[in-house]
Amino acid sequence: MNEITGNEIIHQYLRHNKKFPHVLCPGCGHGIVLGTLIRSIHSLNIPKDDVVIVAGIGCSGRLAVYVDFNTVHTTHGRALSFATGIKMANPKLNVITIMGDGDALSIGGNHLIHAARRNIGVTALILNNNIYGMTGGQSSPATPMGATTMTNPFGQLDKSFDTVELARGAGANYVARGTTFHVKKLEKVLTDAIERPGFSVVEAITPCHTQYGRKNKYKTPVDMYKWMKKAAIPVDRYNELSEAEKEDRLAIGVFVERDQPGFEERYFDLKAKLQAQEEKGGK
Amino acid sequence: MKKHKGKSKVTVYPDWCKGCGICVEFCPSKVLDLTDQGKAVVAREEDCIRCGFCELHCPDFAIIVKDKEPVEADNPTKIAAKKNATGKGA
Amino acid sequence: MARRKKRKEIFALGNEAVVEGALLAGCSFYGGYPITPSSEIMEIMASKLPQTDDGVFIQMEDEIASMGAIIGASLAGRKVLTATSGPGFSLKQENLGYAVMAETPLVLVNVMRGGLSTGLPTCPGQGDVQQARWGTHGDHPIIVLSASNVQECLDMTITAFNMAEKYRTPVILLLDEITAHTREKIEIPYEGEFEVFSRTIPSMPPEWYKPYEETVRGVPPMPPIGSGYRFHVTGLTHDRNGFPTQRPEEVVELMDRLHRKIDQFFYDIQLVEEIQTEDADTVVIAYGCVARSAELAVQQARANGIKAGLLKLKTLFPYPRRQQEKIMANAKTIIVPELNMGQMSREVKRVNQGRASVRTINRIDGQIITPSEILKVIMQG
Repeated sequence: MNEITGNEIIHQYLRHNKKFPHVLCPGCGHGIVLGTLIRSIHSLNIPKDDVVIVAGIGCSGRLAVYVDFNTVHTTHGRALSFATGIKMANPKLNVITIMGDGDALSIGGNHLIHAARRNIGVTALILNNNIYGMTGGQSSPATPMGATTMTNPFGQLDKSFDTVELARGAGANYVARGTTFHVKKLEKVLTDAIERPGFSVVEAITPCHTQYGRKNKYKTPVDMYKWMKKAAIPVDRYNELSEAEKEDRLAIGVFVERDQPGFEERYFDLKAKLQAQEEKGGK
Repeated sequence: MKKHKGKSKVTVYPDWCKGCGICVEFCPSKVLDLTDQGKAVVAREEDCIRCGFCELHCPDFAIIVKDKEPVEADNPTKIAAKKNATGKGA
Repeated sequence: MARRKKRKEIFALGNEAVVEGALLAGCSFYGGYPITPSSEIMEIMASKLPQTDDGVFIQMEDEIASMGAIIGASLAGRKVLTATSGPGFSLKQENLGYAVMAETPLVLVNVMRGGLSTGLPTCPGQGDVQQARWGTHGDHPIIVLSASNVQECLDMTITAFNMAEKYRTPVILLLDEITAHTREKIEIPYEGEFEVFSRTIPSMPPEWYKPYEETVRGVPPMPPIGSGYRFHVTGLTHDRNGFPTQRPEEVVELMDRLHRKIDQFFYDIQLVEEIQTEDADTVVIAYGCVARSAELAVQQARANGIKAGLLKLKTLFPYPRRQQEKIMANAKTIIVPELNMGQMSREVKRVNQGRASVRTINRIDGQIITPSEILKVIMQG
């Protein structure tokens, strides 16, 4: 029996009335993340009708239009606020946001920390390519210190955000990081994230060769994948390294696992309580 | 992995391939080549060990790796026969 | 009268009346952020919505997020409300434009306060009128309503919801601090006494549904997210499938339809109240709390033998051009009092085209325009 596997599964979830290949550059990791997301949803057997993809603006924001789910392409940085509204309006839906690093950490930073604080039942998939790609390669809050960009031609002066620590501190239920080289692991954490109630954050390291790599010693898209292969290390092994050894390495894996009830759960519990009180009061 | 060798059909859709070269670079059996036109092509299909790397890492969903023929596990002679046939053809 | 007996009388704030109106209209989702002088709307919603069957209240982290949340909830099928005031109104503009583009019904109440910037938070103003019309970037149609007393706060909120749902568009309800913070007796209409309109949902199999297809009214049906009609929503200029497009003919088709769905229903949207205008040679055109002062001034002028009238604007945009033209058959003088440097008077002058003499009364000191100020100008003729 020739079962449907691999990319044939993905083809079933793509919009057949959209033109392919997608608009992203050759070697862009965003397509790999999209494929991984589709496999995660497929493995959880969630019907297409129950999935809502809420995307922000930028290269990552372009992904939503290609998949045959309920898709909303929002304003820059605001995906999580739209997603919060959708989840609260209909808690049965599986709401997944796709945001870039500039989208989630810079213009939408406030929404990220408050979605985590509220622990709203939404999965935040952050595609971190260390740069503003679509606008032409300007520094993002995830651009490493010293890197060359269009707005930091002499090297990035400020530090980059640590998405994991930010999400942990703000109260997210689940925080994980993966790369587009270690796809199986990314799929695992993404599946866990979608399954877990409350707010989940998955940071996917995805290379932008066009706007970031070329200016920072990665001559081809392949060079960027080689870098990821070399730099990424499971978090438990990363923690055993000395500070100097950590310098060039990237911890991947699961960082936070909590089981706090999501905001929607707390809200609808409260509603049920109020209604029970009213029935009692009204005899 | 060895048991898969020679049993896979690898398809690349040239219209969707953007020639990024990830599959060509990282394929452990060097099944794929990059043409002058900047598209990945299947050059040594019989060497495929079915690791799935190319399929998982193709950013454009342009590669499909499948069983070459329907495999019937309860009929080993049939499989052997097919294997030989394939070997001749290549 | 037996009918009137069924109405419930309450003593309410303007802001409270907005909540009553919203709930009567079927609002089941409020996302907001506190700001003076609109906060009572949010506070009352916070206590009422959790006690209704399906009501959701959520306090968001900022004005932008509250706009995002209500758009999301509206896409998921809810009737949604948010309220704000000047500075918050500025912050909401980008997502307001998104809602116009994505044809998302919502009601946005802006309780106008005095001044620009942080200005005069506890004083009335009417300085956001042109911002309500043109605040978000790009050409766009918009419906802007107003209310001049507490009863109208309730009635116009219901109207705002109905128009939002009927035309798949955001509707802005502009109040001012005086109207929102006046407490007076109002009547809550009973069920069946007023119209409640809900958005049309598709009535074809999902595979045939095109989310932004042309229809007779220009308003495509809108399914709630999760109901089996999977489609793409975007703020990018899109084709009938909702997919981004830059093809000139598709861009024009969308923009034309967005405007036409409002423009061809002016008769339904442009609401005014004419008070003694039939024979008036001096007409005051006013809205919001100023219309109340104007009404008294007109009565006093009539007592003095002057043929004065009031055209009270309940719809500010699209500007009720035909209604103004009607009163201009007799009017020689038009007086436009407002709590700004002259924002609606621009619209009045545009329609007037030099025919009548247009006089403006402008106050920007955070105080109301009194009836005697208006009477003085009426008497001057």
